[in-house]
Amino acid sequence: MKSAVLGKDLLGLERLSPDQIRLVLDTAEPFKEVSERPIKKVPALRGKTIVNLFFEASTRTRISFEFAEKRLSADTVNVAATGSSVQKGETLVDTAKNLEAMRIDMVVIRHPSSGVAEFLGNRIRSNVINAGDGQHEHPTQGLLDLLTIRDKHGRIEGLKVCLVGDVLHSRVARSNIWGLLKLGAEVGVCGPDTLMPRGIEELGVCRFRRIEEAVEWADVLNVLRLQLERMEKGFIPSLREYYRVFGVTVERLERAPRRLTIMHPGPMNRGVEIDSRVADGSHSVILDQVTNGVAVRMAVLYLLAGGRPELAAAAKRASPPGPLSTSWRGGTTGAPE
Amino acid sequence: MSPDRTTILDARALSRALQRMAVEVLELARGTDDLVLIGIQRRGVELAERIAKLIEKEEGVIVPRGALDITLYRDDLETIGPKPVIGETRIPADLTGKHVVIVDDVLYTGRTVRAALDELADFGRPKRISLCVLVDRGGRELPIQPDIVGTPVKVNGGERVDVLVEEIDGRDEVELVKTGGGSR
Amino acid sequence: MTRPIVLRGGRVIDPSRDFDQTADVLIQDGRIAAVGVGLGAPDEAEVRDVRGGVVAPGLVDIHVHLREPGNEDVETIASGTRAAAAGGFTAVCAMPNTDPVTDNQAAVGFIVRQATLAGLTRVYPIGAISVGQKGEQLSEFGEMVGAGAVAVSDDGKPVVSSHLMRTALEYARTFDIPVADHCEEPTLASGGVMHEGLVAARLGLKGIPAAAEEIMVERDILLAQLTGAHVHLCHVSTRGSVDLIRRAKEQGIRVTAEVTPHHLALTDGACEGYDTHAKMNPPLREAADVAALRAALKEGVIDCVASDHAPHAYDAKEAAFDDAPFGIIGLETAFAVAYTELVESGLFTLPELIARMSTAPAKLLALAGGTLGPAAPADVVVLDVTARWKVDPTLFFSKSRNTPFAGRTLAGRAALTVVGGKVVHEAKARGAPAPAPSP
Repeated sequence: MKSAVLGKDLLGLERLSPDQIRLVLDTAEPFKEVSERPIKKVPALRGKTIVNLFFEASTRTRISFEFAEKRLSADTVNVAATGSSVQKGETLVDTAKNLEAMRIDMVVIRHPSSGVAEFLGNRIRSNVINAGDGQHEHPTQGLLDLLTIRDKHGRIEGLKVCLVGDVLHSRVARSNIWGLLKLGAEVGVCGPDTLMPRGIEELGVCRFRRIEEAVEWADVLNVLRLQLERMEKGFIPSLREYYRVFGVTVERLERAPRRLTIMHPGPMNRGVEIDSRVADGSHSVILDQVTNGVAVRMAVLYLLAGGRPELAAAAKRASPPGPLSTSWRGGTTGAPE
Repeated sequence: MSPDRTTILDARALSRALQRMAVEVLELARGTDDLVLIGIQRRGVELAERIAKLIEKEEGVIVPRGALDITLYRDDLETIGPKPVIGETRIPADLTGKHVVIVDDVLYTGRTVRAALDELADFGRPKRISLCVLVDRGGRELPIQPDIVGTPVKVNGGERVDVLVEEIDGRDEVELVKTGGGSR
Repeated sequence: MTRPIVLRGGRVIDPSRDFDQTADVLIQDGRIAAVGVGLGAPDEAEVRDVRGGVVAPGLVDIHVHLREPGNEDVETIASGTRAAAAGGFTAVCAMPNTDPVTDNQAAVGFIVRQATLAGLTRVYPIGAISVGQKGEQLSEFGEMVGAGAVAVSDDGKPVVSSHLMRTALEYARTFDIPVADHCEEPTLASGGVMHEGLVAARLGLKGIPAAAEEIMVERDILLAQLTGAHVHLCHVSTRGSVDLIRRAKEQGIRVTAEVTPHHLALTDGACEGYDTHAKMNPPLREAADVAALRAALKEGVIDCVASDHAPHAYDAKEAAFDDAPFGIIGLETAFAVAYTELVESGLFTLPELIARMSTAPAKLLALAGGTLGPAAPADVVVLDVTARWKVDPTLFFSKSRNTPFAGRTLAGRAALTVVGGKVVHEAKARGAPAPAPSP
């Protein structure tokens, strides 16, 4: 089913328009309030079935999606790759066909290979939400980062946001770059060349090789997680040196010309990419990111879930609304009020 | 005024209707002790605010009021699609033991009120919930009746009732609109 | 013996003799008997009116994967040579990365025998450089050449050990065969699935830098210089490689090179949307590389076009980009892609393209064909360059369908393919789908 406003799937921020991104952020606002209610649940997605298909371990993202789904009253099933048929050699196509056969409304997918969310989205009628595909995109993380920045600064346009660390392997970085650029922020990237994709400047971002320069320039630092195996694979000599050269420390922040906002998509490696005192300090909005994560994911689920524009148009034309054709997934509903 | 629009209540008539509704609310709730006014987004919120102010002027007490956006409790997400912008939901206090008066502009099928009742239940257990609408245009699809009505309006097919309020629309008026289109 | 054939009234193009005029071609006893205007037809001759067509020496593809033995479900020597015949090819060279690897005379002999049984396009086996293509011990070049091998290669894999490459080049001199290398520095290319550049950065796919190819191109050139042997560089893909090859040729080093139609036609932009049909090794590069490759082919810095026809099971490409296999099929689209991209664009003349797809590759490996000279084997193609056709992989003779050109409208196709005087392919009415292969 194709949503009227976001299309069928949420695959990445690269292909969303600035208006669509703003719409998600605006829609997330009222969902923040839902999470503050005594009963943290609304019936918007009652009767919808959602599969959280995780081919890669991710406690944080999965839980955030699950809370979002449950607070919208959807029925959810978690499928972890470990021990499932996926590990027994089932192909991605078979997985897709099986989901289709079970009449799933939405699939939230996390996969270690880039492009798999799109692959799935092209093969099933259900809505597909990319919860991180390889090193490509992690759009809901990008959106929650945007919301957090907007909450903190009241705007995004004109702000200078620098992504620090392993941009090469980071889907979070790519989603942030697209989202920030589309909403008019200036984007910087900072880290050693070994952790930067070739051609990154051509996307329209500023390149910093020294963290001191990034601190001098930026309003917001979004500190990326450094996967510990990068050292073994030879991208950096040691975690020790990485922290000395690129670590976001209190001492470095004290030299900043303005008060910086510090973000981190988590999970953090304290003492590697970020100083504990920074993570826990007053600059940090890291826990706000987590809170906003649920609201943003509720907004995305809500916006993707409903609305076949052709039915809405038919309902508008007919007065009173005539019988509407049923689709494979559900019957007709009453007239709009 | 275009020939397709007929005035049902002008600004002064609307004002009189609200004053009468405020009196009826007070009578229904037997004073203001347990009274909470909840307006339904968007124009119901403004009408609740007006009624609250009228009561305050009369009684000299602050009447708690809130706003309710029922979008997430609708039963037509599938067909209508997501509403682009969801309004604020603001509940002034725990509703348990209160007399909640829901205020809306137009009562039609009853589905909005059904959604509002569901939503209010998630905020507590009021002693009583009443329904106060400016216009009852008939056409109910659910067993829901108003307690207080500003004015009933007979609406034929291809007609719609528009409630305009100063705060949102720049003027106070209730109009019958010939469209051939849908209804609000 | 088959009946004589007279191809009457076509535009005859024979780059080996700089011949390009309207003429008749007489084929008799499996050889070119005569080329000239107003030739008489012998009794019993089959006279074919080919006015409006182009008569040329049959196309020669020195780089195909026929998958037999080992992967007969995706291609066999019979199906692969049927596809080749349909593409206008009269000779192909079969790469040795079969299962088991073609690394001994028996394996080479098997391919020759299967090709004879199929009786379509000629097949010249290429033997493995190392036993099992493991990159350790030299295969028995002498015996393989004796059984019919025309070159050696570990294609699919680079020769990682420079010492092994040196000894292979030195040893190959004895038999006067080239050593064909797949140039890829494995530690740089490791894990890469497409060209390293902006598209890869955006898609979040691991890139293979141009340098991974160029380092090995330069190494092979240095070793050819050291040994005096003939090194052939497979499917060159970068502008840097072109520069290195040009310099080496200027110095008189015995280096030859090939380029695929897809590297002449497509860029890494084809990988957008994670289209696994654009996943190949070497990867599709940038527009500047494509331009350099086209210019190099015209100049002769790159000697010939070769398809790198690489069949895969229909569902193998239905996978995550990371997991899909490298490679595409090309025999049935090679000429049309090259004609559309190079000749229709005005960059090449038709004789120049035929030289690069027939005369040059035949000469490079001393194969039959590549000429319509007197008494040459009658390996001939009649090309219909006015045909415009939409690529529909379901109509391919190949058992596989993995092509990035599906749905593209291309110009030019083989109307008639003749090998050793025998018709091995004849297209049905212009533009109509080709018939199913007859057993």
